[in-house]
Amino acid sequence: MTCKPIHAVMAIFVATLFVVVPGAICTAQTKPIAFTNAHVITIAGEEIDKGTVVIKDGKIAAVGKADAVKIPADAQTIDAAGKFIMPGLVDTHSHVGGVAGADGSSPIQPSIRVYDSLNPFDQGFRRAVAGGLTTLNIMPGSGHLMSGQTVYVKMRGLKKAQDGKGGPTIDDLFILDDNGKQMGGMKMANGTNSMGNAPFPGTRAKSAALVREQFVKAQEYRAKHDAAALKGDPDKMPPRDLAMEALVEILDGKRVVHHHTHRADDIMTVLRLQKEFGFRVVLHHVSEAWKVAPQIAQAGVPCSVIVVDSPGGKLEAAEMSWATGAVLEKAGVHVAFHTDDWITDSRLFLRSAALAVRAGMTRAGALRAMTIEGAKILDLDKRIGSLEVGKDADVIMLSADPLSVYAHVEQTWVDGNKVFDRSKAEDRLYATGGYGAGSAVKPYMCCAEHAVQAASTFGQ
Amino acid sequence: MHPVFHASHSSAFIRGAMFLALFAASFAQAQVAIKGKTVYTMSDAKTITDGVVVITDGKIAAVGKAADVKIPDGYKVIEGAVVTPGLIDGRGTVGVSGIFNQKQDQDQLERSSPVQPELRGIDAYNPNDPLVAWVRSLGITTVHTGHAPGELVSGQTCIVKTTGKTVDQAKVVETATVAATLGPWAEKPAPASPGTRAKMIAMLREELIKAQEYLKRGEMTAPPLLPPKDGDKKEEPGRSLHTEALVRVIKREIPLMVTANRSQDISGALRIAKEFNIRIILDSASEAYMLIDELKAANVPVIIHPTMFRMLGEMENMSMETCAKLIHAGIPVAMQSGFESYVPKTRVVLFEAAIAAANGCTFEEALSTITTQPAKILGIAERVGQLKVGMDGDVAIFDGDPFEYTSHCIGVVIDGAVVSDAVK
Repeated sequence: MTCKPIHAVMAIFVATLFVVVPGAICTAQTKPIAFTNAHVITIAGEEIDKGTVVIKDGKIAAVGKADAVKIPADAQTIDAAGKFIMPGLVDTHSHVGGVAGADGSSPIQPSIRVYDSLNPFDQGFRRAVAGGLTTLNIMPGSGHLMSGQTVYVKMRGLKKAQDGKGGPTIDDLFILDDNGKQMGGMKMANGTNSMGNAPFPGTRAKSAALVREQFVKAQEYRAKHDAAALKGDPDKMPPRDLAMEALVEILDGKRVVHHHTHRADDIMTVLRLQKEFGFRVVLHHVSEAWKVAPQIAQAGVPCSVIVVDSPGGKLEAAEMSWATGAVLEKAGVHVAFHTDDWITDSRLFLRSAALAVRAGMTRAGALRAMTIEGAKILDLDKRIGSLEVGKDADVIMLSADPLSVYAHVEQTWVDGNKVFDRSKAEDRLYATGGYGAGSAVKPYMCCAEHAVQAASTFGQ
Repeated sequence: MHPVFHASHSSAFIRGAMFLALFAASFAQAQVAIKGKTVYTMSDAKTITDGVVVITDGKIAAVGKAADVKIPDGYKVIEGAVVTPGLIDGRGTVGVSGIFNQKQDQDQLERSSPVQPELRGIDAYNPNDPLVAWVRSLGITTVHTGHAPGELVSGQTCIVKTTGKTVDQAKVVETATVAATLGPWAEKPAPASPGTRAKMIAMLREELIKAQEYLKRGEMTAPPLLPPKDGDKKEEPGRSLHTEALVRVIKREIPLMVTANRSQDISGALRIAKEFNIRIILDSASEAYMLIDELKAANVPVIIHPTMFRMLGEMENMSMETCAKLIHAGIPVAMQSGFESYVPKTRVVLFEAAIAAANGCTFEEALSTITTQPAKILGIAERVGQLKVGMDGDVAIFDGDPFEYTSHCIGVVIDGAVVSDAVK
């Protein structure tokens, strides 16, 4: 196994400072791998009926029709006849990893980092790769107006424990940006989940007021900071404030807001605040987005949609529709899907695309919504989300068409490493379920602690 | 494709569902024939290519090859790629745990006491809840619903058709089972009981012994109860609705449906069944795959947990393959939508069976878990579950493989009335 930093120059710089190299890519791939005779869904263009995908050094080295791709002489060939190959799935909203963000002390806690609570040993990750997920945005819950910073992770190193290598640790999972910083967004929520007894807001208007107050404060903090920096006067520099620093990142467009929101009027409230403060936002869940699709399109804001088996479960979701993806697609909105795992199961993520197609979304649009659109939402579309030369070798192989209920994910590859293989009993266990594959602990999620309690205990 | 929009557009959906419920109820039974490229009769007639089902006065009058069966003049003809019997949800809480999940529409669990077998499902069922229309639009015509798991004995369940504007119009069986729960879902916080597994079994045994004694004393007579003897009023105990419900279990008139997931809870249920010589149905049974021989020996049917249930808490060891394993061992298995406390508010057995079909079951085996098998397990096989002459005119029509996500349910017929023609 070789461990190679993502950005060599950066890593040397970091290494000299901290000795440790965080976020290194550990790759066992030594020789190229060629998937042949597969039905290839590149996402970048037309589907290829009999295609070849070559991966090398953790990247995609070649994609194309069989006769157009030269397979390297030293390549290991995987005959994928009858199989479907597509990019690893991108889940823009997940709660796996046993994460807990903000606590009950206040409704707005921007300094919280969800990765300080993430358990890489959580079986949820093993189930995620069994479902073909390779990149996740892991978020704290929706029980707060702002419940903390989210983290973008790739499913690396999950088998280190059984390989006796120690870990996995959060450093295996991080995705680093061009500056070597861990990538992630900020989780926000409105509507009923984030309401509660004081100091939590009791109404929707109060929810918006509390959020606006904090962003105004952050604007003032930034102004003070910038003025002091401009004058080169350290005495005028405001004292460090982790919460304000995170909010300034949002104001500066460096940290994307991932906003839980269901009802049409709540969606419009998000767009109103977005306009006032100019932050970058993704609308999540959007049960009633179909009512305001043109407005969302007008705002140029992408949506991350959840697809579940029935409407209801709370008032805000009573008018949820399978056609949301189709309506938004038609309106010209960028659409991705998410699992919201444990609300839906990572292993069944492809259902989201298929049910959206059932309700009128195009096949191409639905498949993009599982991959490249998610990548765009996470600012990772240059690296993942399609099978194109130079992109990360995040690849899944399926037994049948990805929109078919009968399709199983047979292999999942991340950065050129196989992280799931259904033919191996220890991996298959996580795909089908069985003794030891689940989570004994109750998940922490949000909001209605009683809902979490209820889901796992049948209490109300 | 655009009808799909309307069908699943929810503002239209909520209003439409309520309207449809009323509309469906007032539907005069039309005479109807359903033609299918593939007709899964689920009877001895097996699968018919280019088949037809003729329904007269609400009952199936003929099933066969379209070439052989004459459709009488004036019948409404519906066509689809695939035709199945109306689907049966083996155990849900649809109509009892309502769509909005607000206090006023959640009647699946009464928390005041751990043992309340006297609570009837029919007194809680709301045939106009939008989720009834939701499952109906996906081909589900019969639901075994009522009290949820979550108390040691939570109450009775009933069987209804997903039509009718009152429970009396919807009702197939008033009391199908008495529902019991073993394991952590039935735990109560101290100092209330039960707080442990052993306490649950002890309390349940005491209740069943009480019922045995009640029966022995002859106090349980068919209602109306014999009038008390003159001058002997003090000696004569009054009727106990509570115990009478369990007496029906002791008399094997109705089964005790025991929700049990951990293997030790399943064993506990089998032990109770043996001690009291009662009929039981195992519900949920997430670790049933560990006790296949024992379940077979005890001749106990299983209404298996939804295949897509969450692997949390006592469900942590559940498997999508359990359904197939039990069926292949010869154990009767029905699929259920179960109880959902949050989002989504109900599951749909069509989709749960589909996952079983993708995880070890054949197509017919998976289809049987939402047609013939629940009908048999619930004692309603004379009326529903097959496309067979004389049975209720309940049919689901699809534009492709019903289990495929991208197929649609395009028609639903209950008792010969077209109750849904949405493309869903």
